[in-house]
Amino acid sequence: MKYQVQENCLTIYLPREVDHHVAEEMKREADAVIDRNHIKYVIFDFEKTDFMDSSGIGVIMGRYKTISLIGGEVWAVHANERIRKILTLSGVTKIMQIYEEERA
Amino acid sequence: MKNTNEMEIRFDSRSANEGFARVAVASFMTQLNPTVEEVADVKTAVSEAVTNAIIHGYGDENHKVCIRCRIEENVFQVEVCDSGKGIENIEEAMRPMYTTKPEQDRSGMGFAFMEAFMDSVEVESEPGKGTRVKMKKTVGKGREIWTTQSL
Repeated sequence: MKYQVQENCLTIYLPREVDHHVAEEMKREADAVIDRNHIKYVIFDFEKTDFMDSSGIGVIMGRYKTISLIGGEVWAVHANERIRKILTLSGVTKIMQIYEEERA
Repeated sequence: MKNTNEMEIRFDSRSANEGFARVAVASFMTQLNPTVEEVADVKTAVSEAVTNAIIHGYGDENHKVCIRCRIEENVFQVEVCDSGKGIENIEEAMRPMYTTKPEQDRSGMGFAFMEAFMDSVEVESEPGKGTRVKMKKTVGKGREIWTTQSL
């Protein structure tokens, strides 16, 4: 899992495809990092991602459950049309902010 | 005679094969000349069904998952089968947000995604025998056939 920690904020750079196979490892690693660094904000960066199924939604919901206990937030950045559709359809947008970058 | 074509694949129920399964189905589907959106829909639905077979059907034990695809005119049909533990209550299993594995951070959206991205989803299951998910999608609906237009 590629990630970056800045103070209490964790950015996870998601891979090209997010499915059950990669989700398992990502959950373990993310939880360890969140615990170790007292993370309050988790940013999911979809820049490289063109495929995600409901396993990815599970990863987001699980991390939200953990950090919402201390008033944290989960964000999505660089989500393409397809990813936005998946996020919206799953209802996860109720708990997740989608950062709208300016479009050229 | 109707224009038909079929294929079948069988693979180990390892999570590493999820990517292989959806790519194999997607590449078989390309002969229907689908849109990028239609391919993405089918890939997502297949991924959900295969993940279900692996984690729920076989509970992470290693057995075989079978996928059968059939093309009939512009209808794409895909069946994902396992001989795992089966589903006791199909209606309950298909309800959005319902999951038997919340501790594993499963979202409970698998069947909801299959239904959202495919035209029809049928589930046959028998406890102790296995599960078969049959999905259909008409490809190229409402697309203009540009070759018939005068240029």
